Amino acid sequence: MADMITYREAVAEGLARELRRDSSVVCLGEDIGAAGGVFKTTSGLFAEFGKERVWDTPISEQAILGVAMGAAMTGMRPVAEIMFSDFFACCWDYLANEIPKMRYMTGGQVTVPLVVRTANGGGLGFGAQHSQAVENWTLAIPGLKIAAPSNPADVVGLMAAAIRSDDPVVFFEHKGLFASKGPAAPEGHVVELGKAAVAREGSDVSLVALAATVPMALAAADLLAADGISAEVIDLRCLVPLDMATVLASVGRTSRLVIVEENPFQGGWGGTVASIVADEGFELLDAPIRRVAAACVPLPFADALEQLVIPTVDGVVKAARTLVAY
Amino acid sequence: MTAVDSGAAVVGADELLGLYEQMAVIRRTEKAAHDLFLAGLVKGTTHLAAGHEAVAVGASAALRPDDYVFATYRGHHHAMARGATPAECLAELMSKGTGLCKAKGGSMHLTKASAGMLGSYAIVGAHLPLAAGAAWSARLRGSGQVAVAFFGDGATNIGAFHEALNLSAVWALPVLFICENNLYMEYTPIGEVTAVANPAADRAPGYGIPAEVIDGNDVVVVKDAVHRAAELARSGGGPTVIEALTYRHFGHSRTDPGAYRPAEEVERWMQRDPLELARARLQVHGVPGESVTAADERAARIVAEAVAEAKAAPGPDPHDAFTDVWADGGSAWRT
Repeated sequence: MADMITYREAVAEGLARELRRDSSVVCLGEDIGAAGGVFKTTSGLFAEFGKERVWDTPISEQAILGVAMGAAMTGMRPVAEIMFSDFFACCWDYLANEIPKMRYMTGGQVTVPLVVRTANGGGLGFGAQHSQAVENWTLAIPGLKIAAPSNPADVVGLMAAAIRSDDPVVFFEHKGLFASKGPAAPEGHVVELGKAAVAREGSDVSLVALAATVPMALAAADLLAADGISAEVIDLRCLVPLDMATVLASVGRTSRLVIVEENPFQGGWGGTVASIVADEGFELLDAPIRRVAAACVPLPFADALEQLVIPTVDGVVKAARTLVAY
Repeated sequence: MTAVDSGAAVVGADELLGLYEQMAVIRRTEKAAHDLFLAGLVKGTTHLAAGHEAVAVGASAALRPDDYVFATYRGHHHAMARGATPAECLAELMSKGTGLCKAKGGSMHLTKASAGMLGSYAIVGAHLPLAAGAAWSARLRGSGQVAVAFFGDGATNIGAFHEALNLSAVWALPVLFICENNLYMEYTPIGEVTAVANPAADRAPGYGIPAEVIDGNDVVVVKDAVHRAAELARSGGGPTVIEALTYRHFGHSRTDPGAYRPAEEVERWMQRDPLELARARLQVHGVPGESVTAADERAARIVAEAVAEAKAAPGPDPHDAFTDVWADGGSAWRT
């Protein structure tokens, strides 16, 4: 195995490992078979596992998630792909009303062990209906676990945990990270859901990030270090379970918190993190909590405009400097 | 209607008497649910299936015990036809801890997974893709099971119906789509909102799926049609659409009296009550009237005992408000 792989290759690798170890794992989605997926994240799976394990579907997002749910309820471990996370709106009934509620409203009679994979996020100039970061949509619904890896090894490790989970997991793959490279995951690599990582240690300010905002926060930490500011970067990895213990411990070390989230400020996941820190970590803080999130407008097409709307390294640096100077 | 025959080629006398009793139990349970609602002992809402009994009982009689059934929020009859007891259904409606779903589902979500009754769904049409998924699973596991989605005529105008039919046909899934066409989409005649005469069956050819319109009030006809469709599905022949014509005896929900239905129409359908049709067939079979009366008496006793049992049952365990979100039994979402 190569020492370094791309995030894109890691998606296929993570899926392949689980398809090999468990015959109940089956993939379905639009163009995921011989075509290898529109983002090539399922490249090679059809050749290795065949059409009984890797199923091409019509453009029918409701059927994709509904079929996955029915199969999950009856002994399979389906991994459904929704091509762009924006299309969650086309199958929202399954994500909001069916998948997360079935176990609860049947009094625990039914188990729904499925994974919904999707390409999430902006920065690629796809415009308002193909660029959104919608992890906050799923955070609004109790009953869904939510993973959003920031690097190739975590893609493989979280994928293993998600597929083996007996709970439904929404798995956000960030479009802006597909070409990024990182160390390959060792054999048998599993990253437990709900365990944040300290991506960089620091003592002056905590930058809490997820998926594409993790490399953004790390780049900001480099710039801050040049100013003599020591930033700690927390990679949440998951929104549910939400590892607030790691966040609160970090704030305990740094006394300042910047939350870096790509979803819009209005209703973004950072609001949940901030409210918990304000409630349970108020005495740890030496400055207000600052959220760096997307502006509350639809995502524009032009790069020059999109960069004004979604979070940037500069924005994170400015927020951190403000808090350190508070 | 043509002259009644015994239907003995499909259902023998003893079996038919048993199916009659099942229908009688469902009828009386629905009546009890109605009365308990009016007495304030059932909260929320109910969508009673009195009048639809033959669809559930006839279909169940044609299915294997390990086949899967998915129903709608008008689904009490399907839960009971698959083996849920009147007591556990009524207890669920009455918010009792002994209810089918520990009082966490209610009337619209009756589920008995251990009997293959994989839920009652309150978002119109949502469960058709789920049934397709269960059928896909059966195919992948080579189990020979079939899955059945029961739905109302109103569901034929929602996207999930069409997505499910297309995918099921393309993948040749062992799934049956059984429409209980009771002529009304809630309060609106289905013909006023649908461009074809048979809302389910007329759409099926567009997906390359065979379809049949049947008398959904005749338990023998239903069993026969479902049996044939299930055999086709098990042999790799893919899905079938069955449109079973039937009629609600109550309104759409709760205390809706169904005043929008012409009296003449109601009268005509009441004469085609599934219990009456089954009685006529039993008579042709030569089953003595006392046997039918005894079945009615057993049904009455079962339901009376169920009502008493549900009334006496304890309320839900407060702890259960916070269980069953996750597979570990709990609801923790953060550290």
